[in-house]
Amino acid sequence: MSQPAEKTEDGRIRCDACPVMCYIKPGAAGACDRYANHDGILVRVDPHVVLDRTLQQGGSVVPFNRGGGDWDGKLVRGPETFVTAIGAGTTYPDYKPAPFIVSAEVDGVDMVTVVTEGIFSYCGVKVKVDTDRHLGPERSLVRAQGEPVGHVTTGEYGSQMLSLGGVHHLTGGSKKEGRVTCDTLLELSNGRAVELTIDDGATVIVQAGRPPIVNGGMEERMRVGCGSATIGMFAKQWHGKVDEVVVVDDHITGVLSEHQAGKLLGIPDTGIHMKGRRSTPGRYFQVAQPGTGWGGTDISDPLSILGPFNPKAARPGLTMLMVSTTGEHFAYYVLDDELKPVQRELPAALQQSIARIEENCEPALCTVLFTGGAGGSLRSGVTENPVRLTRSVKQALTYVTCGGAPVYVWPGGGITFMVDVTRVPENAFGYVPTPALVAPIEFTLRLSDYEALEGHMDHVRPLSSLGVDMARRQVPGHRDNPWPFAPEGAKRSHG
Amino acid sequence: MARVPQIALLPDGRRLHLQDGPIDLVVEASGPAESVQAAYQSAARRFTGLLDELCDELPLLRAPARPDGCALHGPVARRMHDAVAPYAADGFITPMAAVAGAVAEAVLAAMVAAAPLDRAYVNNGGDIALHLAPGQSFTVGLVDRPDKPGLFGTTVLTAADGIRGIATSGWRGRSFSLGIADAVTILAAGAADADAAATVVANAVDLPGHPAIARIPAQELQPDSDLGDRPVTRGVGPLHPAEIDGALEAGAAMAEILIARGLIRAAALHLAGETRTVGLDTRTSPQAKSLIHA
Repeated sequence: MSQPAEKTEDGRIRCDACPVMCYIKPGAAGACDRYANHDGILVRVDPHVVLDRTLQQGGSVVPFNRGGGDWDGKLVRGPETFVTAIGAGTTYPDYKPAPFIVSAEVDGVDMVTVVTEGIFSYCGVKVKVDTDRHLGPERSLVRAQGEPVGHVTTGEYGSQMLSLGGVHHLTGGSKKEGRVTCDTLLELSNGRAVELTIDDGATVIVQAGRPPIVNGGMEERMRVGCGSATIGMFAKQWHGKVDEVVVVDDHITGVLSEHQAGKLLGIPDTGIHMKGRRSTPGRYFQVAQPGTGWGGTDISDPLSILGPFNPKAARPGLTMLMVSTTGEHFAYYVLDDELKPVQRELPAALQQSIARIEENCEPALCTVLFTGGAGGSLRSGVTENPVRLTRSVKQALTYVTCGGAPVYVWPGGGITFMVDVTRVPENAFGYVPTPALVAPIEFTLRLSDYEALEGHMDHVRPLSSLGVDMARRQVPGHRDNPWPFAPEGAKRSHG
Repeated sequence: MARVPQIALLPDGRRLHLQDGPIDLVVEASGPAESVQAAYQSAARRFTGLLDELCDELPLLRAPARPDGCALHGPVARRMHDAVAPYAADGFITPMAAVAGAVAEAVLAAMVAAAPLDRAYVNNGGDIALHLAPGQSFTVGLVDRPDKPGLFGTTVLTAADGIRGIATSGWRGRSFSLGIADAVTILAAGAADADAAATVVANAVDLPGHPAIARIPAQELQPDSDLGDRPVTRGVGPLHPAEIDGALEAGAAMAEILIARGLIRAAALHLAGETRTVGLDTRTSPQAKSLIHA
């Protein structure tokens, strides 16, 4: 149903949607910002974002149909379309956020989606940086452009966690601190890269869905497990091929001959002497300082974490593999006549186990979860009795989405939610100079439930009515997101 | 080609939305119900065909304005030219610099002529024409980034102020700018005057030759832009505070000149989070405290 528009030699097309008759270059939009040249075809590209299930399922964008035809001019066609809040509350230039309350019939049930953009001064992002490298001590300040924007929080398995933003940085510090914090949150939430420096720690470039760059080096893999776990996973594969294995890890360094897994295989003592604090047999804490070297420690020479071998158990010719938890670093040694380890080339028989460790390490990523709380005034835009909305969400009668993306709603009071920013359509987040972030939030529920919680029934409008008087941008739904009108039909999306 | 403007009430049932091609108006009038009704009908009538009227003279509207008079015929086109003529002797400017404000004024004039109204506004993408009956006032919100709207303050305009036009211009907005201001908002006697002045002041907020500023000839973006091959701003990298200050100072100096010439009443300039106001005195109140928080 698409027809190429009048085209010039250099790919420009001439739009005939209005008498301005713009020439539009490939990839550009006309003076109205409503029509664009998409590969030589004139298409509508309106600013209010609606998710289109057809697009998600492989359909194509609706071309502007010139001179009659089968398109009725409506962009929104029933429940295959979900209206997001992106752009909804900012019907610039008339300043007044007006929530849309849209109804659509889904599988015979009238569903209502209340669409609004919330101003969140109580908001921030939780950043998970997949790296074993030491980014900085817990509680250290995280800075952007020199301003404190958050702190290092506790480490999680294979990852370092940062908490950025929050009301104290946004509005509790200096004006500049608030502005830089707001910028940082906005950039991260909209999927852009931000450079963060940590007091007494590393400089890390964080971008949602991308590997972290720590002190200029891109992190490629997450560790397969802690050093002790790695011993347990690979003990059988090492058995008979090497006498001793040390898996170097900032958290728990594992030693094969002492470890329970080694004992079960009958691996004899090797006389190895580890530095650090022994936890349980074959498991050592604090073999070195945290850092960006082997296994998240500060060492570059793994022998530095060993004391002399005990001559009662050790023997010349004893073989030893030292490897980090990602397989990124490894070295193979043979004890000489004085029981000193001498580095040798890694035998082919052990190369496979190193490759196996690497293979089991998942790609290291940064993940960014936007966290915000929908307060009283936002909820009152949905219902005249705001607490009923909270209860309805808790009872799972109301489905909350952020730009159509699924959210995790915290148990307890209020509606505090988290969303993976990579699942939200691009540039969904905005800001006000308060400073605070503007984030889309949608509440979807049955019309009857909406009435029961004293919703603004007089403002409910059918989905089809959005076709004529609203500017909007139509984007495909995110493939991994459950369709907001049928969330229960989706594969498990989080948690 | 069958083309009719979109004419519809917004969901609140109070505001009228008019859209045709690149023109996008939000209109609101207050007064007796029958007056509002008559005013909206008049606005819709005036709006229909207005774009065609302008497009008939588009080549001339895209040509540099002449300080000594113009060959344009349409009333809106002539108003556009009048609004930019004071700047024509100083450099390149075309009547297109005042198109949004002039359209807003024309629709407002049709409304006011149709019925007695207490207050009315026609908002054309941030360029706003106002009507205030004696004793009436408007509270106006000001934004610092047209692409990411957020209020930085409000100002109250009263009928006695004589301000009937507000316009905002900046490189992040829909129109191209030769300068680097995120936004320049102008208060003036009429919307067309404010529109033209916003363009001029936003162009003056600049750091010529600065390496952090990305500029592209306008024609490479829009082949038929009235700006031809003049370099329009497409990106502003990090700037030193002193540079931000210097650029705002250049814009503020221009605004002072326009105030002295009686062309505008006040200006608010924004760049990289910094704000400078000229002629706004104490009327602007910070908005932060009254924002609705989620």
